[in-house]
Amino acid sequence: MYRSLGAAVRDAEARGLSLSQVALAAESEDQGRPVSEIRDALRRALVVMQGAVEKGLVGDLRSASGLVGGDAAKLVTGPPGPLAGTPFRDILARALAVQEVNAAMGVIVAAPTAGGAGVLPAVLTGLAAARGISDEQLIDALATAGLIGAVVAERASLSGAEGGCQAETGAAAGMAAGAATEMLGGSPRQVSHAVALAQQGTLGLVCDPLGGLVELPCVFRNATGAAIAMAAIEMALAGIEFAIPADEVIDTMGEIGRDMDVRYRETAGGGLAATPTGRRLAKERLVQIKKA
Amino acid sequence: MVSLLDIIGPVMVGPSSSHTAGACRIGLLARGLVGGTPERAKVELHGSFARTGEGHGTDKAIVAGLMGFRPDDDRIRTALEIADREGLDYKFEKTTLDEEAHPNTVRITLERGERSAVMVGSSLGAGRVMVTQIDGFPVEVSGNYHTIVLVAEDMRGSIARIATLLAEDGLNIATLRLTRQRRGGDAFMVIELDDFPDETVRDHIRAFPWVRWAFRLDKVSA
Repeated sequence: MYRSLGAAVRDAEARGLSLSQVALAAESEDQGRPVSEIRDALRRALVVMQGAVEKGLVGDLRSASGLVGGDAAKLVTGPPGPLAGTPFRDILARALAVQEVNAAMGVIVAAPTAGGAGVLPAVLTGLAAARGISDEQLIDALATAGLIGAVVAERASLSGAEGGCQAETGAAAGMAAGAATEMLGGSPRQVSHAVALAQQGTLGLVCDPLGGLVELPCVFRNATGAAIAMAAIEMALAGIEFAIPADEVIDTMGEIGRDMDVRYRETAGGGLAATPTGRRLAKERLVQIKKA
Repeated sequence: MVSLLDIIGPVMVGPSSSHTAGACRIGLLARGLVGGTPERAKVELHGSFARTGEGHGTDKAIVAGLMGFRPDDDRIRTALEIADREGLDYKFEKTTLDEEAHPNTVRITLERGERSAVMVGSSLGAGRVMVTQIDGFPVEVSGNYHTIVLVAEDMRGSIARIATLLAEDGLNIATLRLTRQRRGGDAFMVIELDDFPDETVRDHIRAFPWVRWAFRLDKVSA
């Protein structure tokens, strides 16, 4: 697999292919498996993603601690805001939905991680519903997302414990932005700018879950991560270019992650987890989990 | 080498790819070292595993893996009850391994029949894992391949004989690493294979009189 998004874009341009096509070809070569098998595996992932969205939108789930659940449904049935009736509002609901399923120990696709699993399915399935995009195109989009995530894994990190939330929902926003930009007709070059635009917006984001649980703020950070991805897609498709190449933005994310104090890397030692309310809630809820 | 399917996956029971799915995969790999579900397991959690494991079901996921459940298996949620019922005697402790250890690391000590093993493994994020130590030998087993692990007397020609045996069974070696603690001491071999070795391969390897033990660790990635 590619270690550089820039190299993948150059390859795609030189061969007149999309990034999903070069990603699938590289994976096929690496693993010694035909492209059709890889597409089948991505198809299975897509089905699980679609199922998690559907399950979460019903709104009857609670997490082990009871801290999160039921909020996705509010965006479906609750009062309108400025985004009422737009795919944007639907995408926010879908991001909350998948994370609520995850927090309730339901089955999801870690893409790239479980903590950031809401962003990619929300953006892709939400846009697919709005634009009548086929499952086959969604599978292509997942391949592009996988390529972007693989580059982040090689150059930086996909672990909140190593790099903070910028490595989880931040990476997910970059993956979703790039994948959706290609799905909506963007060129490989526009895809890389979408990745850079999304990732720059999440630099420095800390991982500070209450009690260390993948619940709060994780559920909501998936919705705001999806919003950042949507902003990046809109800008990239409009032809906006970000001056720092995506690879260098990703390297920066890795550097910031390495310098990030351990309190902000999934240990519940800082950030929202360490606020008076955060500490109180965590204490109450952990007692509840132990009793359950 | 990172695979697309590592990034878009695994399909898993939530809530954490490192603390739940990765933990389950470490359990699955450990299980291979004793050739099945252990009778006793001591699980020592280090770093973030120790601090936040409970709320993520890390305990349930490791025990689930030890029983052979995969990360997408719904039974992870009730794995501790199942283990109690099926007679897997598990014990969890919090520990501090060396400072260089990855934040999500666990040391598992297992017993099954005559066999015992100690394994150290880390969950690297996104469900990817790395076994870093088996019975005190430093190793790197990712679970991205079907892997055969064996301890043999340090003997001339041992690698050639094992390579020949694998080739005769139609198996292609992806990587092979050999470590030994001293000249003439036991040699520790980790062989990653492109193809799935059936049980007879392990039995053939065990049949060499100079092989002390050999186990197959099944691929845990997608």
